Amino acid sequence: MALLEVKNLGISFGGLRAVDGFNVNIEKGALYGLIGPNGAGKTTVFNMLTGVYQPTVGSFSLDGENLTGKSTLEIAHKGIARTFQNIRLFGKMTVQDNVKVGLHNHVKYGLASGIFRLPGYFRDEKYLDERAKELLDVFGLYGERDYLASNLPYGKQRKLEIARALATGPKLLLLDEPAAGMNPNETGELMETIHFVRDTFDMTILLIEHDMKLVSGICEEITVLNFGQMLAQGKPSEVLNDPKVIVAYLGE
Amino acid sequence: MKKLLTKKNLAALLLIIAIYALLFACDHLGVFNRQSKALLVPIGINIMLAVSLSLLVGFLGELSLGHAGFMSVGAYAGCMFTIHMDLPMAVELPLAMLLGGVVAAVFGFLIGIPALRLKGDYLAIVTLAFGEIIRSVLNNLGLVGGSGGLNGIPKYSNYTIVYVMMVITIIVIANLVHSRHGRAICSIRDNVIASEAMGIPVVYYKLMAFVAAAFFAGIAGVLYGHNLGILKPSTFDFNKSIEILVMVVMGGMGSLPGAVIAAIIITVLPEALRGLSDYRMLIYAVVLIAMMLLNNNARFNSFKQRLFSKRAARQGAQLTKEGE
Amino acid sequence: MEFLAQIINGLSLGSIYALIALGYTMVYGICKMLNFAHGDIIMVGAYTLSVAMSTLHFPPFLSILTSMVVCAMLGVIIERVAYKPLRNASPLAVLITAIGVSYFLESSALLIFGSTQRNVQSAISFPSVQLGELNISGNAIMTLIVTIILMIGLNWFINNTMTGKAMLAVSEDKGAAQLMGVNVNFTIAITFLIGSALAAVAGVLFISSYHFVGPYTGAMPGIKAFVAAVLGGIGSVPGAMLGGILLGLIESLAKAYISTQLADAIVFGVLIVVLLVKPTGLLGKKITEKV
Repeated sequence: MALLEVKNLGISFGGLRAVDGFNVNIEKGALYGLIGPNGAGKTTVFNMLTGVYQPTVGSFSLDGENLTGKSTLEIAHKGIARTFQNIRLFGKMTVQDNVKVGLHNHVKYGLASGIFRLPGYFRDEKYLDERAKELLDVFGLYGERDYLASNLPYGKQRKLEIARALATGPKLLLLDEPAAGMNPNETGELMETIHFVRDTFDMTILLIEHDMKLVSGICEEITVLNFGQMLAQGKPSEVLNDPKVIVAYLGE
Repeated sequence: MKKLLTKKNLAALLLIIAIYALLFACDHLGVFNRQSKALLVPIGINIMLAVSLSLLVGFLGELSLGHAGFMSVGAYAGCMFTIHMDLPMAVELPLAMLLGGVVAAVFGFLIGIPALRLKGDYLAIVTLAFGEIIRSVLNNLGLVGGSGGLNGIPKYSNYTIVYVMMVITIIVIANLVHSRHGRAICSIRDNVIASEAMGIPVVYYKLMAFVAAAFFAGIAGVLYGHNLGILKPSTFDFNKSIEILVMVVMGGMGSLPGAVIAAIIITVLPEALRGLSDYRMLIYAVVLIAMMLLNNNARFNSFKQRLFSKRAARQGAQLTKEGE
Repeated sequence: MEFLAQIINGLSLGSIYALIALGYTMVYGICKMLNFAHGDIIMVGAYTLSVAMSTLHFPPFLSILTSMVVCAMLGVIIERVAYKPLRNASPLAVLITAIGVSYFLESSALLIFGSTQRNVQSAISFPSVQLGELNISGNAIMTLIVTIILMIGLNWFINNTMTGKAMLAVSEDKGAAQLMGVNVNFTIAITFLIGSALAAVAGVLFISSYHFVGPYTGAMPGIKAFVAAVLGGIGSVPGAMLGGILLGLIESLAKAYISTQLADAIVFGVLIVVLLVKPTGLLGKKITEKV
């Protein structure tokens, strides 16, 4: 059984079908790419998978559990974490605190422990600091842990968003255009980091990218969306040679 | 226990004791005249109000224009209790504070519910409306004296009690803010969508912030009533809410020490300007506008940053590096 | 009959609220700021009228015009001095500044005119009309007529003149409007000018019915009009009109049939209920954040 099973997912806004008949199975440990031209409905798929939008038809399940119709919060608790196309960091909080918000549900100390500084507070906060350090180290951000997130350069903000999403301890990680706005060097480095994350954390990753070449470099399997419809699915080498895909990207 | 005895905590403890010792000494050596002694309790109460509102405005990021409403329901509940109970002060006052805090917290919860649906300016206007409704109802409630006011409240408040409650308020809110719960609250302020996607129960934390802020505003109200001996609905009008908000904003959003300092200044300033009588409000208004204009002046801000904060300077350096 | 009389009362009170609410809503639409000082413009308008009529012995029409000009200029000056430097500041800083301006106007009035309320004679008197048992006061009729004319005029101005269209453009997207060659500073100034002139008219009408003006005269109608603007959906011109009229009706019916003292509480209560059902007011645009 695949980790993420999406069956016939679709959504309409008003009369407009933004995504229609979306099917995908993602195995545990896979690095899966979702590509397509602008406005193809990629982010809309992410928004449905994280409960930001409720799908009009279809269903999806994680680890065999049906999550269709659940709220963003419930889905987050069930183990789907994401990053955002337009970066959504906690700008006025430090880099470290951003990650610690991601780690929020890993410790359970209550309000009283926090207010009266009971032993649980110190034990848990120490644990959080250690976990935050591990994660920040992966992305080379530990040196900047006391900076406000909004003061980080753009590329590092994207990385911090991934670190924060990883901190929630998800089963499935959704990355929305992680390399947007990066130069080729930074992109290459990021792709390595994504590989590294998958291997070290045994993570399953679904990522959106614009650039077909980039995706084909690191994803084992991809799905191409165009005007909300699935155009092709399979190994990058096959999909990218599919005439339909070439037409969608380059025109007739 | 060992972790509580850090250098920082010890320093804070020493500061708390030292300030009290200073107040005590000044009081007994006759340094204070009557006017300045009479200011001590209002200062403490305003600090409690500013710090509690700071939790909502500075940390949760929701604008509230009805904090005086929470203060007033707490004040009336607590003062009704002491008027009608016949217990020794040591029992009566703590119970009254607890009751005032809890009643205000209930109202905090009720106002927190619209906060789940409304955003920004719309929520601000609902909190304003809430404050006005409370005042209007109190004005017409014969049971609590109506517009004539609630008389005969025992004058229990003194600067020692207020000081203790003020310190407790500051510690509780500061500790709350620096716990995982506080981080969750701040994350809602910075980006509610991301916060929810990271698994933060936004509903719970919004309500918690409203309840906690109202609770301490209620206690401040109880102390206020037991200081003056009389409560009038007109005291808790829109302008009082604004006054508290000004303290929070002037202190710098999300800064508790700033809120404390601003609360002191704003309480003392009108008294210091008493000699100027009619010009007092005018000066206050001009200072208010000037402060806001200055605070948003880029040149003044960079000057302030260089002056005060090493971290800010480092971040500033980072920013300029980015700009290059 | 009693009921009809209350409805007319409500309509006339509501028209005044609507005129003030227009100023709130236009400024909010364009600058996204709550201009808390707007209510005090009414007070300035009323004082100006009183000075023009009783001290300078201007004829009524000229007095009203003076009042409008003074308020319009004041509005523009306030925007230039206090709000313009804060255009990119946090909404809260702008709000506090607006409150500062409000205190400034109130305390200036206190210093100039003292705390005792000034009696103002009506600028225009209109004969009352007797319809069977129903006696409609001249003021109510005048208020209604003036408001209707102004609202039609304003609607025409916004939808049919270049400046009006520029206002719509700036309220949609300040940056884009600027790139399209709209003079944003000028448009904002015009918005304040119109809003303040309308507030002056509201002040004149208000004073025709209540005959007294003090430093704090503008505060409560200001807050009520603000509520009206939010009720109708702040930023929406038809919303401000609707909100104002509704608020006036609710207030006078509540005063007549429920309780005079609790009328304000009822008005505010209605606002909360409406916002809970429609979080952006009756005619407000629904805001959806793109994720």
